[in-house]
Formats: sequence, C-alpha cells, structure tokens
Amino acid sequence: MYKKRPDGRKFDELRDMEAKVGIIRRADGSAMFRIGKTIALAAVHGPRELYPKFLQDPSKGILRCNYNMMSFSGSGERVRPGGSRRSKEISMITENSLYPVLDLSEYPGAVVDVFIEILQSDAGTRCAGICAAALALADAGFPMKDLVSAVSVGRIEDKLVVDLDKEEEDYEVEREVADIPVAIMPKTGKITLLQMDGICSKEQLSKVMEIAKEACNKVYEVQKKALLEKLSQ
Amino acid sequence: MNIIQKHIHALLEKDQRLDGRKFDELRKNISIEYGISPKSAEGSAKVRLGNTEVVAGIKFEVITPYPDQPDKGTIMAGVELLPLSSPEFESGPPNIRSVELARAVVDRGLRESGAIDFKSLCIKKEEKAWAVVIDVYSMNDEGNLADAIGLCALAALKDAKFPKYDEKNQKVVYEERTNKGLTLKELPIPITIVKIKDKILVDPILEEEEAADSRLTVTTLEDGRVCAMQKGGKEPLTAEEVDKMIELSIKKGKELRKVLEKSSKEK
Repeated sequence: MYKKRPDGRKFDELRDMEAKVGIIRRADGSAMFRIGKTIALAAVHGPRELYPKFLQDPSKGILRCNYNMMSFSGSGERVRPGGSRRSKEISMITENSLYPVLDLSEYPGAVVDVFIEILQSDAGTRCAGICAAALALADAGFPMKDLVSAVSVGRIEDKLVVDLDKEEEDYEVEREVADIPVAIMPKTGKITLLQMDGICSKEQLSKVMEIAKEACNKVYEVQKKALLEKLSQ
Repeated sequence: MNIIQKHIHALLEKDQRLDGRKFDELRKNISIEYGISPKSAEGSAKVRLGNTEVVAGIKFEVITPYPDQPDKGTIMAGVELLPLSSPEFESGPPNIRSVELARAVVDRGLRESGAIDFKSLCIKKEEKAWAVVIDVYSMNDEGNLADAIGLCALAALKDAKFPKYDEKNQKVVYEERTNKGLTLKELPIPITIVKIKDKILVDPILEEEEAADSRLTVTTLEDGRVCAMQKGGKEPLTAEEVDKMIELSIKKGKELRKVLEKSSKEK
C-alpha cells in the first residue's frame, strides 16, 4: 500500500508549475516550463532551409526536435555532453507529439528546428520539454490547431499518481512503479504521446488516461496564461 | 561589406557606436544570478551582459591524479554554443569557436592565475582527487560571449559546494552537499576589445563583432596583472594598439570585478 507521497502531495496533485514565453531574443520563439524542480527551456528557429537537400520534403516543412540535458542537470554524476540513445529517442517522440497540432504545408523544403535544453531535472523532463516546445512554437507564430500539454502519470503499488518526481520514480527497487508520460491536445483530448515503463492492468490504464487528461488540463491553464502574458506585453 | 558594417564604419568616424555607447563603455545592464540549477549542479549561475545571456554549472568528479601531479586535483572547462541561442550555431561536436572559448577564456584564466589551489582538491595522494568540471552554455548571443562566459564560470565556481565523499565505499554522494566551497584566490576577469578600422572598442555587440578586423581578450587580476590573452581575427595589431587594449582591459576588468563582488554580497 502506498499511503503518502514524499512531498506531501495528494495522489492527483501536480507539482507547482511556472511558464514563461519569449525568453530568448535571438530565437523565433522560445519558452521556459518548470514543474517542481524540473526546468525545461525551448527555442524555435525557422522555418529555414534544410540541408542536406535530400532531407527536404517538397510538399511541406518538417519539424526537427532536439532534446538535450545540460551536463550539470542530472541527479548524481555529470551527464556527458553529446547525444545519447535516450536523448535521441526523446527528441523523436517529442517531434511526434507536436506534429499533430502543426500545419507546415506553407513551408515546403524548410525545417522548423526546436531545441530543448534541460536546465535541472527531477523526473518528467520529456513532458516539461514538450510543454516548453509547444509554447515556443506558439510564440514563433506558427498556425496551430491546438496546444500540446504533457505530464506523466504513474502507478505506485495500488495508487495511481500524477506527476512523479525523481524520488518516486526511483522507488522501483522497494516498490512497484509504472511510469506513463502522456501528452494531450487539450481541446480535443487526443493523445499525441504515450509511453509506459512498468506494469499496469487494462482497468488501471483506462483510469490513467482519465487522470492524465485532467492533469494535462491543469498544465494547459499554466501554458495559456504564459502565452496571454506574452501577448499582453 | 554589408550595410550594417558600412553604417558602423560611418558612425566610428564620428566617434559613435551603434548602440550609443562610448568606445570604452561596457553595456549597462549586467547581472548575475546564482543557483539557477541548485538541485542538480553543485554550483550554478546565469550572467546577462546586455542582451547576451549564458548559464554555467559546476559538477565535481573524483579522478585519479595525473602521475606527474600526484597531490593535485584539476579543473575541466567546457563551453557549448547552443543552437538554441543563435540561428548561427549548429548542433554537433564542439566547433573551434567553443573550444577556443573553453580553453582560452575559461580554462587558461583560472589555471594561469592560480585561482584554485589544485593541491586543495587532493583527497588521497596518488589515488583520489577532485576534478571541478565547469560547463558553460550560451543562452542568447548578442555579442561578446567571451566575457559573459568568463564571468559566469567565476560566478558558478563561487556558488559551488563540495558534495559529500564516502571514503568507505569510495564514491561521491551527490545527494548530500557539504558546507565547503571552493576557495578562489583570484578572480580572473576577461575583457574583450575589438578593433574596427583604427578604432578600439570594448564589449562588442554582435554587429560590431561581425565588423571587427581583430580582437583581443585580456584576462586580468585584481592587482592589475594580466594572466591570459587571446588574439582573434585575421588582421594584425600594432604594439601600440596592444598596449592600449591591455590598459583598457585592466580598467574595465575592475568594473566587471565590482559587479561580481557586489553580486556575491547580495546572495
């Protein structure tokens, strides 16, 4: 039985969040998204010409995401600079989670680059990265069908838990943990990112999707507020 | 020559700069923020130099001392020019510019000034010593990354606290931080000066960097001695110009040092 979370949060409670849009002047769009101690920064450059040329799509622009952890942003040892298998995978799933809201048909042959840097990590970095990236794309002024909001839901023993922190994620040895990052298009509730590490029953998973939707809506409110703040400047 | 460069040249004739500063004037809005990644990094800081922004973080690692320096630890410096911070920067392994910044601005200044006593980083002679790893990242490039990076590395070092070292299991306990900081005996402050035509300008903005014929970064200590230099650009400098540049960097180094010292008091 999992009775109490280490930081005293309710099982469906997210950590405190903060978002800021337009943090990097030389980028076409940029944003910071913080959830608890996890801080993600994102910048958009483009649309710009894509090289080498064979990568170009003559019918539309392509989105290219790059997720990176700053060398001092990990818990424990220094993260070696340069891409890892993990960062490659996260970059790819980030692209996939953002594609459905973007319309790049006006930019054939071009690339839209999204760079995500993790400044500090306390679990949930891929979700924070996606939240920051969606804001940065909106800040850059791309036509978007919706925003993308992401959060991870987990199962710790018998409880379904929202927004795991590092301590909870690391229980694995002493408790049974499943970690399920989810990204949602808030308006339609459509899912653009879904991964899972661990074991859940079918019933638990349908409950997870419900909880994720509710949690993502809270993330969405924070994102929306940050965009409005930028626009009202 | 592009139109902005022509404009810069024309202004210089009238003793003016693009952003209205005097030739020997640093940008006004300089700020230092400490502990920007306090959970993960043992020390961290953000520096704004005008609109140029960089962040730095410190990680401690335990290494085996080099055979020729068995009672000394070491420092390692890395600079990454993030593609996030400028449309000009590309992904990939460190290019020559970031290597130059890491070696010539961060590493050389700290090493040659003896700012950090490497002997104090020794845990056990010939066996274990601390390596202090300094990683600096550009966040927004609007000129003179060099001085921002140098200053930010110092600020992050000032912010740093050693993690606990578990002698028995021979490993670093990163979750536990001690109260012990690094003793910085010197604060080597880099100042970058560019030459455009026959004029000498301190703290160049992006457009001035692009128009520059050559540049010199001079790293100075509190007593006015110089501890590192790095010339850049394809055009030569005369001995008189170098003299003038050194003199200016000593003067401006004092100003930047004041900002650094004042910022740590407020912390």
